[in-house]
Order: sequence, then C-alpha cells, then structure tokens
Amino acid sequence: MQHTIIALVEDKPGVLNRIVSLFRRRNYNIKSLAVGPCETPGVSRLTIVTDENDSIRQNLVCNNLLKLINVIEVEDVTNVPTVIRENVLIKLQVNAANREELKNIARERNARIVDEGERSMILEVTEGVGKIQATIDILRPYGILEIVRSGKIAITRGDNGSEIKNGVVGKGTDSSRATEQVNNYLY
Amino acid sequence: MGKENKEMTGAEIFWECLIREGVEVVFGYPGGYTLPIYDALTRYQDKVRHVLTRHEQGATHMADGFARASGKVGVAMATSGPGATNMITGLATAMMDSSPIVCVTGQVPTSVIGTDAFQETDITGATLPVTKHSYLVSDIRDLASSIREAFFIARTGRPGPVLIDIPKDIQNAKTEFVYPTNPIILPGYHPPRRATGEQVSKALELINEAKRPVILAGHGVLISGTSNQVRELAEKGNIPVATTLLGIGSIPDQHPLNLGMMGMHGKAQANHAVQNADLLIACGMRFDDRVIGKVSTYSPKSKKIHIDIDAVELNKNIKVDLAINADLAVVLRQIIPGVKARKHAYWTRKIKEWEKDADRRDILNKKTDVLIGAQVINKIWEGTKGKAVVVSDVGQNQMIEAQYYGHDEPHTHITSGGLGTMGFSLPAAIGTSFAVKDREIWVVVGDGGIQMTISELATAVQENANIKIAIINNGYLGMVRQWQQLFYNARYVETPIYSPDFVKVAEAYRMPGYRVDKVEDIIPTMRKAQAHQGPVLIEFVVEKHDTVYPMVPAGEPLHEMVRRPHAQSDAKDN
Repeated sequence: MQHTIIALVEDKPGVLNRIVSLFRRRNYNIKSLAVGPCETPGVSRLTIVTDENDSIRQNLVCNNLLKLINVIEVEDVTNVPTVIRENVLIKLQVNAANREELKNIARERNARIVDEGERSMILEVTEGVGKIQATIDILRPYGILEIVRSGKIAITRGDNGSEIKNGVVGKGTDSSRATEQVNNYLY
Repeated sequence: MGKENKEMTGAEIFWECLIREGVEVVFGYPGGYTLPIYDALTRYQDKVRHVLTRHEQGATHMADGFARASGKVGVAMATSGPGATNMITGLATAMMDSSPIVCVTGQVPTSVIGTDAFQETDITGATLPVTKHSYLVSDIRDLASSIREAFFIARTGRPGPVLIDIPKDIQNAKTEFVYPTNPIILPGYHPPRRATGEQVSKALELINEAKRPVILAGHGVLISGTSNQVRELAEKGNIPVATTLLGIGSIPDQHPLNLGMMGMHGKAQANHAVQNADLLIACGMRFDDRVIGKVSTYSPKSKKIHIDIDAVELNKNIKVDLAINADLAVVLRQIIPGVKARKHAYWTRKIKEWEKDADRRDILNKKTDVLIGAQVINKIWEGTKGKAVVVSDVGQNQMIEAQYYGHDEPHTHITSGGLGTMGFSLPAAIGTSFAVKDREIWVVVGDGGIQMTISELATAVQENANIKIAIINNGYLGMVRQWQQLFYNARYVETPIYSPDFVKVAEAYRMPGYRVDKVEDIIPTMRKAQAHQGPVLIEFVVEKHDTVYPMVPAGEPLHEMVRRPHAQSDAKDN
C-alpha cells in the first residue's frame, strides 16, 4: 500500500541528501518526492509517497525521518482527509489527421493543451482533476514523445494551518526540553 | 576571558570552542588541511592535550573509549581525504553503540570543493549513514555555533558521533569571536523526557501483575546513569535482571537478581528466563538480533514493556505491548514508587534451577595441560579483584571476557558491541586511560584483533598509558573458526593466522612483554605487569580449538543453546 507523508524540514544544504540516504539505508522505497519552500521562511515542505505494506515499518519511516536533526515535523496523511495533486506534462506526436481527435481527447480527459507545435502538442493533466495514468494509456497509441511528472503534493483539509501537531508522529514543540538536557544528561 | 570579542582565526576559534566545551584531550593525526588548526594549538597547549595516534581509526576509537569511560564527549581529529575516510570505521562503531564523539576533519578550501582537489573527499556525504549529524562549515561565522551544536547533539538524547568538516580557508579566515551563549535551538531536535501518566499506570499494572518478570538492561542504562534505579526497581519488585553485552555492569555481577548476559553467548539461565517470562521490562536496549535469536519464538509468553529514548528502536525488531519513548532516568523515577513488593516464589525457584546448569563451573574445573581462555579471564578477574576497567576486542576473547569477568560497576566494561569492530580494544583502552586514573585498565584481545591496530602500541608507549594488554592467542581468528567448526564441517578456511613474536614486538616498542602458557604463571605475571607504571603486554598461549559455549546459532530460538559437549562429565568432577 502506498503511504503519503508530509515533512517539514530546515532549508539547509544537504538536508534532502540526508532524507534520501535514510530511505536507501533503511531499505524503504520512495515512489515520489516533491520538495519546495512553504509558508515559513527557512522551512521546506516535502511530500513523500512510499511503498510500504507493513504498518509497523511505515511507522518506523516516520520515526526515522523525525530522528534526523533537520527534520522538524512529520505526518503520515494516508488516512487523513487530504487534497492530493500531481501534475504531468505529456508531449505528443501530432499530424494534421489526428490533431482534432487529440484535442477532443484532451477535453474529455480534463487535460489542458499548454503548447502546440507543427508536429507536436503538450498536454497537462492534474491528478485529482483528471486521471494521469488513464490519460497516458489512451494517448500512448498516438505516439508519446516525452512524459514528465511532478510527484504528488498533499495538503490536509480543514481549518488548521500547517503546524502538524496532530500527526501520527509528532515531535512536540517544547523547546525548553533540549536545553534542559545540556546539564543533566550526562552519565 | 580577555579574549572575548577579539578578532581570531578559524583555527583559534576552534580551540577556544573546544576549551569551552570542557575538552582537555583530543586524539588526532595532522595533515595538509588541518595545518592551521595544528599551528594554533601551540597557543592552547596549556589547556588541551593532543595525543598523536598512529592511524586516524585509532584516534576515533580512543575518543570512543574516552567517552564511554568518562561520560564526556571524546574528540578525534584528522585531515581531509584519507585521514577522514580512515575515521569511518570509528564513526560507525560509535554510532552503533551510541557513543558521544565529535570527529573533526580538515577539508580542501571552499573555492576548490567539488573539483577533486588533492586529498579531497566528500566526507560529510560519505559518513551520512554513520553519524548522528554532521556539519560542513562553509562560513567562518558559523564555526562557533556549529561546534557548540555538534557537542550538544553528540551528548544529548541518544548519544552518537557528530562530524565537523572544516575547510582550510575557514581555518585561516578571521572574524570577531563572540562565543554564543543563547540556548541552543534546533527546531527539529527534542529528545523526549517523560512517560505519559497513562503509560506509567499501564506499566505498573503489568509489573505488579507479573508472575515471571525479567528486566532487560541495555547500554541505555549505563548512558542514562540509571544502574542504581534499575537495581532499585529489581529489588523492590524482586525482578531478575538480564543484561545485553553493553549492559554489563548495570547490576553487580554477584547480585542475587543478576541473571547475567543474555543472547547468543548469554548464560543459560538468562536465556531460559527470557524465554519463559510473562513480562519483559526492556530498559535502554534495542532487541538486537544477537539478543533475540529467532524473532518468531522470542519470549512467546510475555507481555513486553520497552523504554527507549530513540523512538526508532520501539517496535523495530520485536513488537511490544507498551512502548515508552522517553528518558529512562525520568521513566524509572515515575514508575518505581508504584512498584509493589513481590516474592515470585515459583519464578525464583525456577531460576535457581537453571543457575545450576551453568557452563562456567565446568570449564574452570577442566583439567588440561594447555591454558583455556576462560581460565585466563577468570584469573585476570581474580588478580584485579574484579575492579578493573576491561576493554575487550571482538570475537571469542570478547565473549569469554563477558562470561568470565564479573563486572560490578557501570562503565567498567568497554567493547564494540553493535558493529563488532576488531582492533577496537587497544586504542579504546588508550583513550580510557585518559579518563580513568583510579583503576587498572586491562585490554583483552585476540591475536587477530591486536594485529589490526597494533601500531597504536607506539601511542601507548609514547603516552605511557597505564594499560595491561592481554593477548589471548589461539592461533586462529577464533570466532570465525568456531562458526566453521559448527556450521561448515570444520573446514578452517583462512582462519589460522600467523602472528609475530608478541614478546619481541613489545620489546621493539620498548615496553615490557611476557608470555604465559601455564595457569600457575598467570597471577605472578600479572603482578609484574601491575607493578609497572605504563603499558605492558602479556601473551597468553591458549587452547587452539576452544569454543565459546553456550551458543545460540544465528536465527535459532533463544532456548535452543548448543552446550559444551563435555559439560555433564566435567560437572561431576566438581
């Protein structure tokens, strides 16, 4: 089963490397990964889709992510009401004979035509608005030149902001705890 | 501090920061890209002692041994490239055993990073899986805060190694030095503290209702300084304690509730108790495969409480009924007051029965013409009154040390458990000698392991480290030979190992060296070694084909131990 995880991480050099290295090291499979800045300066937001059947191992994915010093919050949103989107750009071979047919297909599949060349056409499909895989399957016989997918991005529904405090796994926000340990956490 | 707010080089700031972290000794090896730091050392030599090692791996193990013996952060230094890559084994060793060390590496100047410059290695990249965290300092203004954070991260939470990579131009750059005094804020780092009220009451319910409980004490007990609390919990609830290899010392060896080490080469009574328990209280341990044997048959009748500061360890190898992600010291304070006194009459009787079935007595009473490793360790225990810090290596020597040297106090048993790093013991003991001044320090090492880091004998002599090195020489890579004997039809492929004349090696390094091959010579030779202030090497020539028993073959149920074949007949002699 696929799981969707949202992670907020410090925007520092090498952080993505740490995350990817972790997945490889612990033998977890990444299906897709999307990264970008979020509403807080200095914080990046990741949406990671994993392919992990075992629920215990899935929980360990989250805990392992949290263990990284630069990872601030992690939430597994697989079973939470969420808006999920993924974009794909498909470049097609087009000729005079099938151009109109392809435009019709695009309309039916909720795909946008974002570029038209003499012998090509680029369609954009958004998962959730249209269906990416079904559209690709339909278009394949016409001759697909290139496909690029953005990876999934996810945002939870409801009135709460992005402070992921209600997550399955949460780090808590008691910032005094770490400093408390400076003096008293010796042998 | 008159030096505050003064313009300083990165190299000077480095030493200033180390001194503020309380560092008094560092273990290292200089090179092209740490020259500025070493040059600046001339101005700090009254405050920090630098120990020149013979290999960077040795430096990391020394820092590790120092850290485990003292509870302070150990520091190792190396140059870029090969110096840095030589540290990887030491970092991995410290990572597996949660040892707080900070490793500092030089790096090529920032202007040429990524160009395959001379002695350039992406060491923060290479060490990613074997460090708790790492820093590549790319701005002089980040240097002081990076060092401060590195020490903080190394020693807090679940301790571990942190690497700081400092390019040469950063070491030479100048800036006004202001030591940060604000609290360290790492938005993604909050080691847990307390158990919830619900967890405490659930734990108490399980503990007070248990009829056959066992406490499993791991390295976390020593790290969190809770050996007294664990003992209190054990005594209050009359609960026997089994330890992991790294948990040895968390309860006195002769304590009536001590079952001894469990696992692959654990004591029979410890393994039987774990398998028959109705409650396991796992404290600061991680259910390593060497401890659990076959997962599906592990302690099948028990409820399990697991307390660990690292959430990742909970439900990783063994599914538990109550997982508490918190600081063991705090949890035990929360739990102990509610623990009720219990007799556990049946359980106590049962454990007494299993105790009679020990391998220990058999081998010690064995009459042979050749020395047996177990006898040597037993004599070392006797000759040090059980009070020494023993740093063991890896393999048969490590297991017989764990079985036959009764450790009574925390931090007196140092060994590479998780990674099983051969060659660890000699450098780790040298590091230990900078932390431990009031006890004897003994190294127990095989003829294979000693040859992996034998160059550090020079460091031991140079520093006059007061360590006594016991080489248990059986002419084999003994533990691998044992597996070949038991599981590969005794085909001893590449396990017989040629060794130099160790006594002459000692002589060549200008230290006393002795060879012992008779039981009656062990104590007198030890006395000579103990009388000498400084390193001494003793080679014990032991039975070549001795095997460590009991043994749970890898992946087999914990109670199905292979026992010493002559156990029954020898027991009758006693």
